[in-house]
Amino acid sequence: MARVLMKGTEAIAEAAIQAGCKYFFGYPITPQNEIPEYMSAKLPKIGGAYVQAESEVAAINMVMGGGATGTKIMTSSSSPGISLMSEGLSYIAGCEIPAVIVNVMRAGPGLGGILPAQGDYFQATKGGGNGDYRLLVLAPSTLQEAVDLTQLAFDLAFKYRNPVMILADGFMGQMMEAVEIKEYKGQDYDVVPWALGNMEKRGKRTILKSLYLDPGDLEHHNIKLNEKYKKMQEEEVRYEEFYADDADVLIAAFGTTARIAKSAIVNLRKEGKKVGMVRPITLFPFPYDVIKERASKAKHVLVMEMNMGQMLEDVKLAVGERTPVSFFGHAGGISHSVKEIEEKIREIL
Amino acid sequence: MAKGRVEVLEEYCKSCGLCVAACPMKVLRISEKINSKGYRPVEQYKEGCIACKMCAMTCPDAAIEVYKIEDNQ
Amino acid sequence: MKETKIYERPKSWKKGVHTHYCPGCGHGITHRILCEVIDELGIQEKTIGIAPVGCAAMMYDYIDVDFCEAAHGRAPALATGLKRTRPDQVVFTYQGDGDLASIGTAEIVHVANRGEKITTIFINNAIYGMTGGQMAPTTLVGQRATTCPEGRDPNLAGYPMRMCELLATLKTPAYIARVSVAQPKYIIEAKKAIKKAFEYQISGKGYSFVEVLSNCPTNWGMQPVKAFEWTVSAMMPYYPLGVFKDFDKEAE
Repeated sequence: MARVLMKGTEAIAEAAIQAGCKYFFGYPITPQNEIPEYMSAKLPKIGGAYVQAESEVAAINMVMGGGATGTKIMTSSSSPGISLMSEGLSYIAGCEIPAVIVNVMRAGPGLGGILPAQGDYFQATKGGGNGDYRLLVLAPSTLQEAVDLTQLAFDLAFKYRNPVMILADGFMGQMMEAVEIKEYKGQDYDVVPWALGNMEKRGKRTILKSLYLDPGDLEHHNIKLNEKYKKMQEEEVRYEEFYADDADVLIAAFGTTARIAKSAIVNLRKEGKKVGMVRPITLFPFPYDVIKERASKAKHVLVMEMNMGQMLEDVKLAVGERTPVSFFGHAGGISHSVKEIEEKIREIL
Repeated sequence: MAKGRVEVLEEYCKSCGLCVAACPMKVLRISEKINSKGYRPVEQYKEGCIACKMCAMTCPDAAIEVYKIEDNQ
Repeated sequence: MKETKIYERPKSWKKGVHTHYCPGCGHGITHRILCEVIDELGIQEKTIGIAPVGCAAMMYDYIDVDFCEAAHGRAPALATGLKRTRPDQVVFTYQGDGDLASIGTAEIVHVANRGEKITTIFINNAIYGMTGGQMAPTTLVGQRATTCPEGRDPNLAGYPMRMCELLATLKTPAYIARVSVAQPKYIIEAKKAIKKAFEYQISGKGYSFVEVLSNCPTNWGMQPVKAFEWTVSAMMPYYPLGVFKDFDKEAE
């Protein structure tokens, strides 16, 4: 497929289809409605199914059921809808079922607004549902990256038998950009040993559950899950560095905010100001090491997010006391302008 | 009328008494024995079973097997 | 003299297991019926059960088929995902009254209305069993529970929900019936209905739903035999047994 101009939501949907996803369960919510609309038109034609669930609560449980048979499954929603899915995400992680969830973030809390935001960083990376579980969280910054990460998400979901979230801010969903969407086969994971519906092939039945009434069994289950999360931290950290190696002011930002920051960095570099950035692509696992390394050589670390300071906590954890960390955020659907970022950095320098 | 025999899998019986109440011929009772779970299993204590399976059908623990007895004449 | 075994433990009843249910609990009877039906239809290797939250959460320890565990009330949604991705499998949910008629009301109404080709077994014992005897959406008027110690007051809690009647207002479902496991004559009918429900699923007729009037000797505070007498004398007048919807009958 050649490069075509597409809207973010539709590009994500088509990327999923090209990665072999034939089933989508979802519930309408702004600003991601083009994903279910696209899926409802396409999936029945390729032998798959689209089901409009009665709620996000039901949608995520349909995803759990579909994933439980070892099938590539996706759902998408936006912030308040993801809140409703949190129960299901905990069960999916607890039962070790692969699934891909797209969150096109809008401004909160509560009903908030429908404009872009990044206020679900905590929800995505620190829980949302109950218990010790983790989502793999991928944060695209361009539409091409949204396409590539969506396809990668299916691989990771099956590699780890864990839910993977694409955490995209509203800009990612609503803007248009040229993208190339290739057919992506991904790795071939054998699901017969664990997936439901294979009793005949396997010769015995299987159970997918997260209930362990014996405390020893439940601790063992938690340890096993935790080893998996540790492996993700060892093998799946992804980030981009942008003029970070000699930066006096090191910016940490993700998603669209990072993209805006790039323009400011380019402008400031022309003035000879040493500004750079580390952009986490995986929010879990978080790139603590590179931020720690780059921050140790910088004079100042500036965290920018479209929220009131959430990733900030992880950056502080990485930087420690070595370098001062400050925060510049917007909320409510307001994004940073290149000009104000430049001013902010001139203040710091 | 058919003749039958009831065999109680004593280890599974919880002496709930549903089979005793269900038996139309009243040939079952809760015994004096005690199984490893501490329940007193049901027993067929007299002749007269007609192999109707009502006891097995009522048993929540699938603890009853029923035999039909035919005279080879 | 020749002895022939005419009843034994069903093949799909897991070997060597003791159930954790209280003596005389209707769950065991219903599980046994399910196993008998699975055996008779020869579907053990292609059946997927959804275990609920409640006393039957560990039903997979007793019924030897594939199982997935659902969050409280969400079994119908989970079943939808399973069946849509594996239409060759026989999928059933097994849900209690709190699960199905309270926290999962939206899920059950919509699974029925979409006509998902699955089967739901709904255990109605008019109380929350596992959590210790709280008021259920199906608790009878005047019936005492730990959260309505003076008995259910319809002015405060409304009247008990009749789920068969409610679901039968929908056009889509293929089969809706209410049965009981209180006594042998009811158990015979219950098995017929459950078998029919599975057959409707297998032949692709649509969604099938069987409500089973059961008991809870422990939380009702009754001996098992007395408890099932109460199922007959108190529950059946409010929850009449019968078939509320049947595609085949409608076609005639």
